Amino acid sequence: MSDLQVPKEGAIQSPVKNLAKGMAVTLRHMFKTIFRGGAITQQYPKEFRQKPDRFHGRHVLNRYPDGMEKCIGCELCAGACPARCIYVRGADNPTDEPVSPGERFGFVYEINMLRCVFCALCVEACPTEAITMTNLFEMSTTNRSDAIYAKAELLVDEDGTPNHMFPDDELASMEELTEADGWMRATASQGRAAYDGTLAWTPSAGVGLRPSESGQVSGETASEEEE
Amino acid sequence: MDCAWFETRSRTEGETLMDCLTEFLLTDWVYATVSVVVVFVILLNITILMVWLERKIVADMQDRLGPMRAGPFGILQTVADGIKLLFKEQIMPSRAEKWVYLLAPAIAVITAFLMFLVVPIAKPISVLINGQIRTLDFVVMDLNIGVLYVLAISSIAVYAVVLAGWSSGSKYPLLGGVRATAQAISYEAAMGLSLVSVVMYSSLADIGGVNNGLSVSHLVELQSGTLENIFGGRAAFLLKFVPAWNVWPLIIPFAIFIIAALAETNRAPFDLAEAEQEIVGGFHTEYSGMRFAMFFLAEYVNIFTMSAVGASLFLGGYHFPPFDGLVGWLGVFLSFGVFITKVMAIFFLFIWLRASVPRFRYDQLMTLGWKRLIPIGLVWLVASTLVLGVRQFGFPDWVPFA
Repeated sequence: MSDLQVPKEGAIQSPVKNLAKGMAVTLRHMFKTIFRGGAITQQYPKEFRQKPDRFHGRHVLNRYPDGMEKCIGCELCAGACPARCIYVRGADNPTDEPVSPGERFGFVYEINMLRCVFCALCVEACPTEAITMTNLFEMSTTNRSDAIYAKAELLVDEDGTPNHMFPDDELASMEELTEADGWMRATASQGRAAYDGTLAWTPSAGVGLRPSESGQVSGETASEEEE
Repeated sequence: MDCAWFETRSRTEGETLMDCLTEFLLTDWVYATVSVVVVFVILLNITILMVWLERKIVADMQDRLGPMRAGPFGILQTVADGIKLLFKEQIMPSRAEKWVYLLAPAIAVITAFLMFLVVPIAKPISVLINGQIRTLDFVVMDLNIGVLYVLAISSIAVYAVVLAGWSSGSKYPLLGGVRATAQAISYEAAMGLSLVSVVMYSSLADIGGVNNGLSVSHLVELQSGTLENIFGGRAAFLLKFVPAWNVWPLIIPFAIFIIAALAETNRAPFDLAEAEQEIVGGFHTEYSGMRFAMFFLAEYVNIFTMSAVGASLFLGGYHFPPFDGLVGWLGVFLSFGVFITKVMAIFFLFIWLRASVPRFRYDQLMTLGWKRLIPIGLVWLVASTLVLGVRQFGFPDWVPFA
């Protein structure tokens, strides 16, 4: 900062001058805030801060585009979890109506969000990219047992929309769940099939997504083109 | 209905009920009661506005938004806070001195409101009622010792802080109370000196004045018009455009007054009595709910009153030369607007200082009070005494070349 000047040793500082200097700073900032919108505050429930890339929000369990679950119940995520917050129990796929393409599927899948440290080691461990993290971060509950997300909440719908813990709660915004998708509806490694080869997809569900970079098509434009 | 219902005499021939009612409303005690209620309501509402304004302005200075959720631009935030405090549990420490503990917030609020009694809020107006000319002065009680009264009440206000700190039976409030005592004693003297300067200067301007030089209304009245009225023909033409406010000749006492007022009202940078970072909440640490709200209310009423006293004694109160000639109710309303504007200007200075200046250390506080403000005030006092004496009696014989 060029404003800062280290006074010479023994130099007499004029209190009036210093006071005027300090008060000029506050006044300048006041006018800047009022007239040029210089406030750094973001009005959180109304507007959302842009999330950084690879933001570690809550998990979802993904599906293939044909509706099959990606999870094969291998429990590698549970083994990788340093907080021991994931509980998986696999089961053999019913032959007439298979849930996942593999031999087995995730019969029980629970994550205790109170224990989770959001390290994403489960995401790394997963061989089928069934578990991923989103931009969703509003997970407060009034009850400890509500913090345990079961398969009903973790597994996304057929169209890739994640489920909410309290879908009927007036504070729950179901719209923000569908705000963006990409990864969850993904078949291609980069995201949704229609976006294969383009970079316009957003990697995660939730709010506060980054705008597309220069040269990219924004997610909305791309989906219109798709239709 | 008989007039006796209002007054101790029966209705005379031809008097309507309305006349009776008007007369009743203008009896001294009714008029006093009405003005008390009006001033009380104005103070309460302005306090709500001031708390919001302070939070918004400090936020703006710190690149924040401040309250935004309650009402447009968060203007109802103070009301919401007040309602919340009203319903909160009131906790009393088991080691508190019960009656003193309960008395302290009451003293704070009562003294805060009392101090405003002597401040005129608008230009007086003469009205014709029932064939009599009555002068309505917009001051609750025009005491002829107004300035002394302000000093006296502001000293009593310190008891609230001291008693609250001592009676809480807890160490941080005690420290806050002790600090408040020392601070108040130190700055009371400086404030007194600055106010004496006003009185002495006003006696200079008060040509053939009546003998009520300590009345705040009178001191405000002397600041009407422009400096031309006071310095007359010898003055330059330009003085015509300078309002005859005391702040021009008394800029140094004004500075002393502002600093002392900051210290008296426990405002930053003199808020050692409630320094959050060191002693939690200071004297009001152990107060909760409505009792805390009373301290909070008293603090802001005190700030408003100190600003009003400063505006009245230094900035010409409700006088603003272009509006001085206006008669009738328009003049009254405009003068009230001028008064509020000036008070808010001083209040803005308070907020601005709070956002800019860090808190003083205890020894710096004492140094500023005893080694700077009081000597400067004393020198100013002696100098103005000499000027006044020479003006009244001429130079003494032993002065050469006089």
